[in-house]
Amino acid sequence: MNIAVVIRQVPDLIEPLEIDASGSALDLDSASFIVNESDDHALEQAILLKEAGGATVNVVALDFGNVDDTLYAASAKGADRIFKIPLDGLPPPPRAAAALFAEAIKPLQADLVLVGVQAHDELDGGVSPFLAAAMNLPYVGVIRGVKAASEPGTISVCKEFPGAVMARLKVKLPAVLGILGAEQPPRYVPVSRIRAAMKSTQFEERSVATSPSEPLLSVCRLYPPASGSRAEMLSGSETEVAARIAEILAQKGMVK
Amino acid sequence: MSAQDILVLAEIQRDALADSTLELLAAARGLAKAGGGQVLALVFSPDGARHAPSLSAADRIIAVDDPQLTAYSPEPFLAALQEIIASEKPRAVLIGGTSIGWDLGPLLAARLGAPLVTGCKAIEADGDALRVTASFCGGKMLAEVRAKASPAILVALPGSFRPDGEAGKAVVEQRKPAAPLSAGAIAFDDWILPQAGDVDITQQDMLVAVGRGIQQKDNLELAEELAQTLGGAVCASRPVVDQGWLPPTRQVGKSGMTVKPKLYLALGISGAPEHQEGMKAADLIIAVNTDPKAPIFDIAHYGAEVDALDLLPALTAALQAKKG
Ligand SMILES: Cc1cc2nc3c(=O)[nH]c(=O)nc-3n(C[C@H](O)[C@H](O)[C@H](O)COP(=O)(O)OP(=O)(O)OC[C@H]3O[C@@H](n4cnc5c(N)ncnc54)[C@H](O)[C@@H]3O)c2cc1C
Ligand SMILES: Nc1ncnc2c1ncn2[C@@H]1O[C@H](COP(=O)(O)O)[C@@H](O)[C@H]1O
Repeated sequence: MNIAVVIRQVPDLIEPLEIDASGSALDLDSASFIVNESDDHALEQAILLKEAGGATVNVVALDFGNVDDTLYAASAKGADRIFKIPLDGLPPPPRAAAALFAEAIKPLQADLVLVGVQAHDELDGGVSPFLAAAMNLPYVGVIRGVKAASEPGTISVCKEFPGAVMARLKVKLPAVLGILGAEQPPRYVPVSRIRAAMKSTQFEERSVATSPSEPLLSVCRLYPPASGSRAEMLSGSETEVAARIAEILAQKGMVK
Repeated sequence: MSAQDILVLAEIQRDALADSTLELLAAARGLAKAGGGQVLALVFSPDGARHAPSLSAADRIIAVDDPQLTAYSPEPFLAALQEIIASEKPRAVLIGGTSIGWDLGPLLAARLGAPLVTGCKAIEADGDALRVTASFCGGKMLAEVRAKASPAILVALPGSFRPDGEAGKAVVEQRKPAAPLSAGAIAFDDWILPQAGDVDITQQDMLVAVGRGIQQKDNLELAEELAQTLGGAVCASRPVVDQGWLPPTRQVGKSGMTVKPKLYLALGISGAPEHQEGMKAADLIIAVNTDPKAPIFDIAHYGAEVDALDLLPALTAALQAKKG
């Protein structure tokens, strides 16, 4: 099986987020970047499929943020080929990004394209379904777990529903899947293996061009949620906070 | 039929209408009023009349029946939806931010070349355009966006609109697609239900919820001790369950359980919209997080900016002292 995996960089939400001078976009210069979590699961799922039945794992990423670190880690985990798409400036919104990924992935003739189902910096979310549309392939998302199926040319996937319920679906290949979780948590790779990968891995550059399209949405303003609804904050050391919480619970008759 | 109509895609989950659909109908009502249009509810069902009472907030109910619409598969669902949009020409299509909505919203926007907003928390008419407030960056930011082209495809953030109980005239129109729908490449096999036997967190009054901030599996013991002292149970956000530290039956949120305990003590949980979806309605929410900007503090009643790992044993001890 020939698998393509899309990996994106997103601002790390643990760090403070700043808004740029336009007031309508994040200030990406002040952000620090990490791999998009569901893309990391998509990569893990691809590696698990490779281990289970043999596959070539192609990773495709926009050349942005700390992507090299992420891509060396992907190589250390078992990715076979790594493609970087050069960018002029900042990464485009989902639909335009999907068009770039589609151009880069088409020549790979992939049977299966795995993309994280969500990135938190998307307002018109879904690189994964837009990529499927751009490649004219079937799509289903919110997937946790992909397995080979008995019928050739198909795979079996689980789609999450509320209440820890999943639907098992049979998917004819080629197809694009929006991955929420891999069957196992993304593996840890020791720094030594990443260092080794830095020496041995060659990134392949894929320059792609797409015709620019009129944006369908305009962002007027970006702002942090109002602080009016915020919680009453309990201050002090953890012992003091613990005492206050115990008091609140006792007052409400919750300590029995 | 009017260019000002608002189409709501109704979703049936386990034979009942999804809560998200009632929220969409409320959002649609406001928009329809502003433009002088009607609220249309689209339901895939051979028996639309069965769903009419719960969809009564709509002005018209269109029920579409086809063998391919009994179990979910993206392609036939999308084809049926597109056919109705082509005939009704609504100004906006409102879709729930559910497992199905996350597929259909973007796929539909791609097919129609229409604007799409996901994570919609508020929607207003603004002349010809729609002005939408959407959640962004895991709830740490809000964005105000304008969508001009029609129809706009709006995927709502669950819990953002309050069903208002306002009833329309709700006439059911039962239809069939112009041509039978084809199955497409994706076929439903079966449902996998969670394994029974674990604690049912939806029935617990006191929940100690742990998130990624708990850092290691061993630290769950601290949460377990606190839950025992409180007479409750431990539940978790997704990353903890992803790691396999707790079973999926303990996950709270979009893909997990929806809980409404007397106490929800959130430890090391950022409060992403997908988590809030499952716990927002708790009577008392106390959040502990080292990040003062964590969105969980926006919905908590009390908050503390301390290390959850230090607080856990301190709180267990304080409660044990109170119990005497
Ligand atoms: C389709 C879909 C469905 C989803 N379904 C669910 C779902 O059902 N349930 C769910 O929970 N999520 C769900 N998610 C994931 C959700 O988007 C978030 O990624 C997840 O809720 C984050 O979990 P978290 O808060 O534990 O982790 P993070 O967002 O990483 O937050 C960890 C928090 O811990 C704090 N912290 C770190 N160390 C400490 C410490 N020592 N003491 C105190 N605080 C500390 C940090 O400041 C941070 O705020 C879903 C996502 C998608 C796309
Ligand atoms: N969205 C859903 N999530 C979980 N279970 C569902 C959902 N939709 C239907 N079911 C269950 O799946 C079975 C068949 O559903 P249906 O054919 O839609 O009536 C029934 O047992 C339903 O309870």
